[in-house]
Amino acid sequence: MNWTWVAITLVVVALIGWYLSTTAGRLDRLHRRIETATFALDAQLLRRSSIAIELSVAGVLDPASSEVLAETAHDARLATDASLQVRVAIESALSEVLIQALDDPEEVALLRADPSMADLMDELSAAIRRVELSRRFLNDAVLACLRIRDNYFVKWFHLAGHTPLPQAWEMQDRTPEGLTYLGA
Amino acid sequence: MSNEVLRIGMVCPYAWDSPGGVRSHVADLAFELRARGHYVDILAPVDDPSLLVHGEVTNGGKPVAIRYNGSVARLNFGLRATRQVRKWIQDNDFDLVHVHEPMAPGLSLLTLWVADGPIVSTWHSSMPRSRVLASMNRIVQTAMEKVSGRIAVSEDARQTLVKHLGGDAVLIPNGVRVKAFQAGERHPQFDGSVPSLLFFGRLEESRKGLSVFLDAVPAIIAKVPDVQIFIAGPGDVEEISKGLSESILARLIFLGRLTEEEKIQALHSADVYVAPNTGGESFGIVLIEAMAAGTAVLASDLPAFTRVLDGGVAGAMFKNGDSEDLAVQAIALLGDPERRNALQACGVQRVMRFDWEHVVEDVLAVYESVTVSGDRVTEDLRGQIIGRLSTGIPGLR
Repeated sequence: MNWTWVAITLVVVALIGWYLSTTAGRLDRLHRRIETATFALDAQLLRRSSIAIELSVAGVLDPASSEVLAETAHDARLATDASLQVRVAIESALSEVLIQALDDPEEVALLRADPSMADLMDELSAAIRRVELSRRFLNDAVLACLRIRDNYFVKWFHLAGHTPLPQAWEMQDRTPEGLTYLGA
Repeated sequence: MSNEVLRIGMVCPYAWDSPGGVRSHVADLAFELRARGHYVDILAPVDDPSLLVHGEVTNGGKPVAIRYNGSVARLNFGLRATRQVRKWIQDNDFDLVHVHEPMAPGLSLLTLWVADGPIVSTWHSSMPRSRVLASMNRIVQTAMEKVSGRIAVSEDARQTLVKHLGGDAVLIPNGVRVKAFQAGERHPQFDGSVPSLLFFGRLEESRKGLSVFLDAVPAIIAKVPDVQIFIAGPGDVEEISKGLSESILARLIFLGRLTEEEKIQALHSADVYVAPNTGGESFGIVLIEAMAAGTAVLASDLPAFTRVLDGGVAGAMFKNGDSEDLAVQAIALLGDPERRNALQACGVQRVMRFDWEHVVEDVLAVYESVTVSGDRVTEDLRGQIIGRLSTGIPGLR
């Protein structure tokens, strides 16, 4: 064995070390990003269900819509600790109800004639838009993270530690027809 | 939450003192955000600091010209530029940074490299074939992963991003100050009594399509002999005029580089605005400005233009690169004031969704999503040997 081999070995070890440490850093950052994004989505979902409850008791929608909306919004309100699958199903149900209830731009325009209703509608459409944004940002981070965690090095060296595999949120979050911006 | 005042660091990778779509988007966005009480500091390259209004931007250094994405861009890179960006992040305690065109090898990419925390990025251009993106290396990938909220200004820009990076982006179009374009005087060089066509863009930049337009001019003059063709934009007029016949030159009027006000005047004076761009456009902001000013638009059928013009409802279209078709459509439009009026009416309606009022609300929603945890922007020293060294040795800062 001569010094050349020692040097080569050292360089290889250093390269592997660098690779592992930067990859661990990337993973750590993505895990934090996922945490932040989940927090944001959680806050927006909560805000959306609160406004939906308010809308359901405002007495401006037809009785059938009010009843269904009240129920799904309450479910969503209480689902914050449920498993991801359950939560996604419940929040999607709320989205579907909103899409169905507020499907007519002209009717929504009539509702908005009342200033207090206009404020509520603006808040609701802002909350819906924010849910959509937050969910997309969360899923982006999840996808990027999964891509790295699929790497053999990451698996062999347990670079992800004990953090569970993140999951994408696949849910309905389309903006109801009646709440889309004028002309948009 | 949304009433909170945000400290925003905004990064423009292209030189602040030369006009461009990204640059004006950044300036307008910062203006709108400041008008709503937020603090915005812009970091941008500057060619000639003496031309700057004090405090307008933080000088990110002198850019160098390189070929990038089909045209010559002036960008910054290297150790000095990196240090400048690092200092900017250190000196400002930002709630978030918003980088524009993050793939361009300049200040935006450097910011992603040295900063950590809530970061938003906006993708402006579409790059169908990009060697940079195709061979995206680990370091660029790592920088891109730091972006918490991705925005694309158009469907094309979004597809570029999705194709090369995976994931998704939210679509928030470029904003236009619609009201500013709605009122305007006649431009002094326009004579209201003759039909007129208008072109905007850097003269020598081939993707702006001036040559496609000029090739159509003889056919247009043959049918509409008194037409006046206004060509606005910086560039070498003599170079362009070379090889054009006297009869054509007699109908051309070169306006040079226009100020914003002159641009609005020109749009209000022309009968038809012609956008013969051959590619590289992902959005077509000038189209929207023209529509806001109430000018009929004739544009090439680039996908981005087709979308902005709602498939031809809000403006006339011709086959991209086809001078003959351009001439046919231009002649038809000049001879049909009713059709022009109809297009104008559609256009004015169409642009409302691009008004800054809506756009800025959406951008603020993105900011809110990424800052909700209360994290701030800090320096990222991971994997940055020079960064770590310079923090240890104060003299290097």
